[in-house]
Amino acid sequence: MTVTEQELEAQFERTVASEGRVEPRDWMPEGYRKTLIRQIAQHAHSEIIGMQPEGNWILRAPSLRRKAILLAKVQDEAGHGLYLYSATETLGVDRGELTEKLIDSKQKYSSIFNYPTLTFADIGVIGWLVDGAAIVNQVPLCRSSYGPYARAMVRICKEESFHQRQGFELLMTLMAGTEAQRAMVQDAVDRWWWPSLMMFGPADGDSPNTQQSMAWRIKRHTNDELRQRYVDMTVPQAEALGVTLPDPELRWNDERQAHDFGDIDWDEFMQVVKGAGPCNAQRLQNRRAAHEGGQWVRDAAAAYAAKQAARAEVPAA
Amino acid sequence: MSMADDTTAHVEGEPRFDGTPKAVWPLYEVFVRGKRGLNHVHVGSLHAPDDTMALHNARNLYTRRNEGVSIWVVRGDAITASSPDEKDPFFAPAGDKVYRHPTFYDIPDDVPHL
Repeated sequence: MTVTEQELEAQFERTVASEGRVEPRDWMPEGYRKTLIRQIAQHAHSEIIGMQPEGNWILRAPSLRRKAILLAKVQDEAGHGLYLYSATETLGVDRGELTEKLIDSKQKYSSIFNYPTLTFADIGVIGWLVDGAAIVNQVPLCRSSYGPYARAMVRICKEESFHQRQGFELLMTLMAGTEAQRAMVQDAVDRWWWPSLMMFGPADGDSPNTQQSMAWRIKRHTNDELRQRYVDMTVPQAEALGVTLPDPELRWNDERQAHDFGDIDWDEFMQVVKGAGPCNAQRLQNRRAAHEGGQWVRDAAAAYAAKQAARAEVPAA
Repeated sequence: MSMADDTTAHVEGEPRFDGTPKAVWPLYEVFVRGKRGLNHVHVGSLHAPDDTMALHNARNLYTRRNEGVSIWVVRGDAITASSPDEKDPFFAPAGDKVYRHPTFYDIPDDVPHL
């Protein structure tokens, strides 16, 4: 490392340590850039893949009201993906390249989207539990040291609140319905609770990148801290809704002033991350089909733009 | 040559694309005026094949909740920016001119409206 690089690195460290923001054309360590690209791309991919489990119910929404809400939500997920791809491009990568990496399984997305949406109650539970977990993860990222990422997260967090509230309202409606509808909600909660806890990632002891990411102020809290916060927030919501969370070990610990909860099935988590979850193959296949099937549209639009531009250059006779 | 036919003719196991270079849509930066009386503010970027599509895409992406009454899209390569490396010398002329600020001047507290 040259003297200049050492100076630049020292300056970078000072900026980050004093809660300054790093902006796109600032000097940054290669590791910081790579970590950001990996994390933001994974986040962007999750938003885009996340359109699938919910999109599955748009045509079968039980009312026009629910259909309009669900359409708006799925469109938001596309928007969130695009905000985040936009942030990655400030780091010198191209979003087309990132999409190729996603469909070639060279980059990951959140394991939660590899679970199927079996009933319409799943739409409510995804809003409540999955988007709820996403909010707990994302609110601290609004203060992330990388400016474009933090700004994208601010926009996303504003919109996530609608996502969570529409989910909870959907579930309250079902809970006020028939016995069968209440059972449908409980069944969905039973299936989504543990996967939503896994959204916070491996336990702190098994999360090698966390310390560096926290030192760089990319992340603000460890996985286990956020998971605990989520459990503590969600338990009273479950009570208000009238459902039980499927964990016999879940109880308030007066000493810790927090809830104790059971062990997560990390084998299942690793299986899903590695591609053997219930829907991994289908999610990627759909994404690939959309990308490749849309190529002629992108090409046609570019050809049209080129033709128009060429015509505009011809001087008027 | 019809690109549409080439793409739909794609079968499993064959090369994914037909070899023609993939179209790359240029990058646009997006500026939104939140309401009348405010400046346009940079909100992010997007890709689009031309100016008109860029405007439509910006509307769909950045103003889904009445965030704006006016949008500017500018091709990224049309923007000239100061370089962060010359940050100090470039902005230095303003640094030593404290007399440009009202607080530079001592005025007694009992002089009204000043």
